[in-house]
Amino acid sequence: MPPLIYADNAATTNVRPEVLEEMLPYFGPEYGNPSSLYSIGRKASLAIADARERIARTLGAKPNEIYFTSCGSESDNWAIKGAAHANASKGKHIITTVYEHHAVLHTMDSLKKEGFEITYLKVDSEGLISPEEFEAAIRPDTILAAVMYANNEIGTILPIKEFAAIAKAHKVLFFTDAVQAVGNIPVNVSELGVDMLSLSGHKIHAPKGIGALYVRTGVRLGTLIDGGGQERGRRGGTENVAYIRGLAKALELAVAELDDMPRVAALRDRLAREIVKIPYSRINGSMTHRLPGNLNVSFEFIEGESLILLLDMAGICASTGSACSTASLEPSHVLLSIGLPAEKAHGSLRLTLSHGNTEQDVDTILEKLPPIVQRLRDMSPLYEEIAHKKS
Amino acid sequence: MNYSEKVMDHFSNPRNVGEIENPSAVGEVGNAVCGDIMKIYLKIEDGIITDVKFKTFGCGAAIATSSMATELIKGKSVDEALALTNKAVIEALDGLPPAKIHCSVLAEEAVKAAISDYYKKNGIDKEVPTAGASCDGDCSACNGH
Repeated sequence: MPPLIYADNAATTNVRPEVLEEMLPYFGPEYGNPSSLYSIGRKASLAIADARERIARTLGAKPNEIYFTSCGSESDNWAIKGAAHANASKGKHIITTVYEHHAVLHTMDSLKKEGFEITYLKVDSEGLISPEEFEAAIRPDTILAAVMYANNEIGTILPIKEFAAIAKAHKVLFFTDAVQAVGNIPVNVSELGVDMLSLSGHKIHAPKGIGALYVRTGVRLGTLIDGGGQERGRRGGTENVAYIRGLAKALELAVAELDDMPRVAALRDRLAREIVKIPYSRINGSMTHRLPGNLNVSFEFIEGESLILLLDMAGICASTGSACSTASLEPSHVLLSIGLPAEKAHGSLRLTLSHGNTEQDVDTILEKLPPIVQRLRDMSPLYEEIAHKKS
Repeated sequence: MNYSEKVMDHFSNPRNVGEIENPSAVGEVGNAVCGDIMKIYLKIEDGIITDVKFKTFGCGAAIATSSMATELIKGKSVDEALALTNKAVIEALDGLPPAKIHCSVLAEEAVKAAISDYYKKNGIDKEVPTAGASCDGDCSACNGH
């Protein structure tokens, strides 16, 4: 087997050794329940307080504005449903975008069934939305806007700071899903002016099973889990001490290493320049307002799942927006939202690079990818006409 | 998505890929919007399928079912090929994930479309049975063996 090239960092990341080291004591001698009064309990409680403070500092928040959850999806669900329910007396209109993560879109579906009205902002062919379009969607009965900071498939970064200022001027709560942004671009809640922000541990080299929600002081948000009073009574359940420690360490490392991102972006740019030399290929999404490690391309006449399987055999991990890679019949809603026809969305490839990737990785991808695309095209009835014209 | 070793074998080393020059018949099913198209070429001599080739646009299962379907009808009589069911393709591949059963139906349809083309070209007045007739909508029937 060739060495693995991991180019799917938007899906998940490996747990860094420093993060694991930070967590290990809490699986061993430091197993106390943070709610207990004796010494190992108190130590666990202090360990959480320390983690909360470090996370707050890196995000520009106050410690009591940080809530620990089990994942990004939980944070998204809580922020949206919690804010909608707590503010329903003021209005029942919510604004979001067509290309949010399903953790947001499906939460909106639930609220729609409860009688909330949702406006889905459309995106342009680059995946962008202007502040003017955002403002135009606000109505007197709008209580909440949920707009992602950066898109998970095409990496588009939205002008969240401008959106948050507009929302504030109209007294609309503003939540941003920053799961893909954190660790890739600077994220500071004070500078952004958002009311709520979600993040996930496993996208930034912490383990799967830990996330956080920032809730600005004064924001009305319903309780998520009734229980023993943990997380200031809003999310009961004994705290996941080890994972909370891991999240704090991972976030600190991610922020400290943001200065490596121009290198990652340069790797991505080289990939983009070379890959578009493959005939009948195109880049999906804006190249200027984009996460540094994200590349999304479509190859005509082939289907994404086959491409992913053959890349896997060549030791390259990547993903696709093809319907055939999931249980659903529709290709990626994100790629359709930027106007890509279904047949081109089926032939999409997402490569997401991070700190662990090197020039050699890019060399290998550029060596292996074109013949795999050609191999699938040679097998494709859609490519026959093109091939016959050539010969 | 977990594929059997047989599926991965037929996906990574597909049998009978290509085109036939001056084929006796061609069948094409599926569409690009849905993400899979299968095209099957047949060479038929004295009612026997002496050669078969395919081209497929689609996922791993679409390529593997095309490959297996062509293997199952190669050297067989036209009547035997007509009797090929999607279930037989699934069994020969040691099963398919539930979401991929439709690929096996597409493979059966492609064979039947090619034979229908053969009948038409040769003025044979016979009905080609509907593909997927063995499919009763119960996905576990195909997949649970």
